[in-house]
Amino acid sequence: MYAFFQRADYLAIKPEILVTMFALAILLFDFLLEKRDKWMNALVALIGLGFGAAQLTMFWSRLGEGAGYKGFGGAFTLDTFAVYAKLIIIIATGLVVLLSAKYLEVEGANFGEYYALLLFAAVGMMFLASGTDLIVLFIALELMALCEYVLTGFLRGSRRSNEAAVKFFLLGAFSSGLLLYGMSLLYGIAGSTNLAVISRRLAERPSPDPLSWVAMITLLAGIYFKVAAVPFHQWTPDAYEGAPTSITAFISVAPKVASFAFFIRILIEGLWPMRAEWQLLTIGVAVATMTLGNLAAITQTNIKRFFGYSTISHVGYLLLGFVAAADGNREGVTAIVIYLLVYAFMNLGAFGVIILMRRRDLIGDEIDDLSGLMTRAPGMAILMLIFLLSLAGIPPTAGFIGKYFIFLSLIETGHYTLAVLAVGYAVVALYYYFRIVVAMFMKKVPDTVPIAMGMGVRVALGVTLVMTLLIGIYPQPFIAMAREAVRPLFL
Amino acid sequence: MEILFYICAAVSVLAALNVVLQRTPVYSALSLILVLCLLAVIYLLLGAEFIAVIQVIVYAGAIMVLFVFVIMLLNAGREVPSERSRLARWLGVPLVIAFLLEVLWAVWNQFPSGTAPAADFDAGPAAIGHLLFRNYVLPFEVTSVLILVAILGAVVLAKKEE
Repeated sequence: MYAFFQRADYLAIKPEILVTMFALAILLFDFLLEKRDKWMNALVALIGLGFGAAQLTMFWSRLGEGAGYKGFGGAFTLDTFAVYAKLIIIIATGLVVLLSAKYLEVEGANFGEYYALLLFAAVGMMFLASGTDLIVLFIALELMALCEYVLTGFLRGSRRSNEAAVKFFLLGAFSSGLLLYGMSLLYGIAGSTNLAVISRRLAERPSPDPLSWVAMITLLAGIYFKVAAVPFHQWTPDAYEGAPTSITAFISVAPKVASFAFFIRILIEGLWPMRAEWQLLTIGVAVATMTLGNLAAITQTNIKRFFGYSTISHVGYLLLGFVAAADGNREGVTAIVIYLLVYAFMNLGAFGVIILMRRRDLIGDEIDDLSGLMTRAPGMAILMLIFLLSLAGIPPTAGFIGKYFIFLSLIETGHYTLAVLAVGYAVVALYYYFRIVVAMFMKKVPDTVPIAMGMGVRVALGVTLVMTLLIGIYPQPFIAMAREAVRPLFL
Repeated sequence: MEILFYICAAVSVLAALNVVLQRTPVYSALSLILVLCLLAVIYLLLGAEFIAVIQVIVYAGAIMVLFVFVIMLLNAGREVPSERSRLARWLGVPLVIAFLLEVLWAVWNQFPSGTAPAADFDAGPAAIGHLLFRNYVLPFEVTSVLILVAILGAVVLAKKEE
C-alpha cells in the first residue's frame, strides 16, 4: 500500500513548521513581557524567520539538479520555484517586522499578536507557494487572507483602519467564493484536486469546452481579486490607505509574491492545456490593469493610496509575463519571478521612508508631508529618490532589470503592440513618481522636526537599498537564480 | 428519489436567495438553517449519511444557534436600505443572468442527458477518517492553524482597549 505520508514529507514542510512554532511562541512569550519590552516580540519573530530562511537555503543547495520532491500524495511540492518564492516571502516578512517595531510604539498598538499574525500569514504564503493541490492552495490562501484582514484592522481606535478591514474582508470573502466556485468546477471536470491530474484531464477534453471555460474564468477572477488586477482592484486603495502603514507595506509585497507563485502554479501546471484561452484573458486584464493603475496614480494626494495604484500598475506588468509564457516562452515566467524579487525590495524600501513620516502628532501619509524632505533629512530624500527611480524602472536600479525582462519576453514572442504600450505606461509612471520627487526636493519645508529613526528601520532601509542597487548593477547571480527557480515548472 | 432531489434543490436555492434578500437578520439566519438542512437531505440522497449528520449537528445545530443568539443579543433591527447604485441594477442584473445562462449551457453541453454518472464511493465515518488523516493530512493540519488564526483575530479585534 502506498504510504501517504512519511518522514520525508514532514522534513519538506520543516520551514513552515518552524515559523508556526515561533508564532505560537510569541503568543505565549508576550504575556511575560513588560510594556516597554514588547520589542522583544519582534526579535523572536526575526529569529523564527531566520530559522525558516536557513532551512530553505539548505533545501535550495540540495535541490540542485533534481525535479523537486512531491510529498503528501502530490499535494505539496518542494522544488526550486517554491524555495525561491518562500525565501522572498520570508525576507519581505522579516523586513516588515524590522519596519514595524518603532511604528507600533508610535501608534500605541505594540501587541505580540501583531507579530504572531505576521508569521502565520507567512506560513500561509509559504504553503501557497508549494501547494499543488486545490484544497491545500485554498486553505493556504485563506490563512494568508485572514491574517491580512485582522492586521489591516489592527488599529482598533482608528475608524479608517476599521473601515479598511471591513471592506477588505467583504471583498476578500466574495473573491474566495468565486475562486472556490472555479475550483469546484475543475474538480468536477477532472475528478481530482491535484494540479497535475487536472492538467492531464483538461488536455484530453474535446476542443470547444464551455464547462472548463467557466471553471477557468471564475477561478482566474478569484485570483485577479487577490493580486488586485483591474476590474477586481477596488479594495486596494481603500485597504492600503486605512491599514497601519507597516501593514500596507506588508500586503503590497509579500501576499503579491505568494499570490503570483500560486498564479504561476495554476496557469503553468494546472491550466496549461488551456493556455490559448487564458492568454487572451490575461492580455485584456493586463492592459486594463496598467491603464487604470498608471492613470489613477497621477491624481492621488494620499501617499498610501498612491502606492495602492502604483501596486496595481506593477501587477499589470507582472501579468504581461504570462502573455509571453502562454506561447511557451520560459523567459516570460523568469521575468515575473525576477520582477517579484525586485519589487519586494524597492517597494518595502519606499514604505520604509514613508513609515518614518509618522509621528505622535502627525499621520504623515499625504504627499505634502514629504515636502522639503531634502532640507530636513537629505539622506532620507536620496534614499526615497533611489527607490522611486527603481519603481519607475530607470537604470542602473533593480526596477529596470525587472521591466527589461518583461519587455524582452514580450518582444521574443512577437507581442510588439503590448511591449510598446508597456513602455508608454512606464513613461507615465515616471511622471507620477516624480511628483513625489518634486515635493521632496523643490517644495518649501512645512516643519523642521528632525526624523527619529529606530535601529530596525535603519537595517531594513540598508538591506532594501543595497539590494535595489545590487540587482540593478550586478544582476547576473539573481537572473541565474530566477532561471533555476523556473526550471522545474515546464515539463 | 430524483423528485426529492429536485424539490430540495429548488427550495434550497429559494431559501438561499431569501437569506440575502431579507431585511431582518433573524429571518436571514432562519433561512440559512433551512438551506443547511436541505443540503443535508441532498447529502443523504447521495449516500453520504455521515456528512449529512455532521451538516445538521455542526452547521444547522451549533453554528446557526450561535448566530441566532448573537443576532438576538445585539438586538439587530431591520437593515436600513442603502443608496442603490444605478449601474449595479442596469449592468449587474443582465450580467448575472448572462453568467447563469452560460453556466447552464456549459453544464448542458457536458451532460446532455441531464444527469451525471453517480460516483461509487464509501462515505462512512471510517472512510472519511482515512481520507482526512491520509490523503488530506496536510490541508487538515493547515486548517488547524487557520482556525487558531481565526480565534486570535477575533480576540485581537474584540478585546477591551487598555
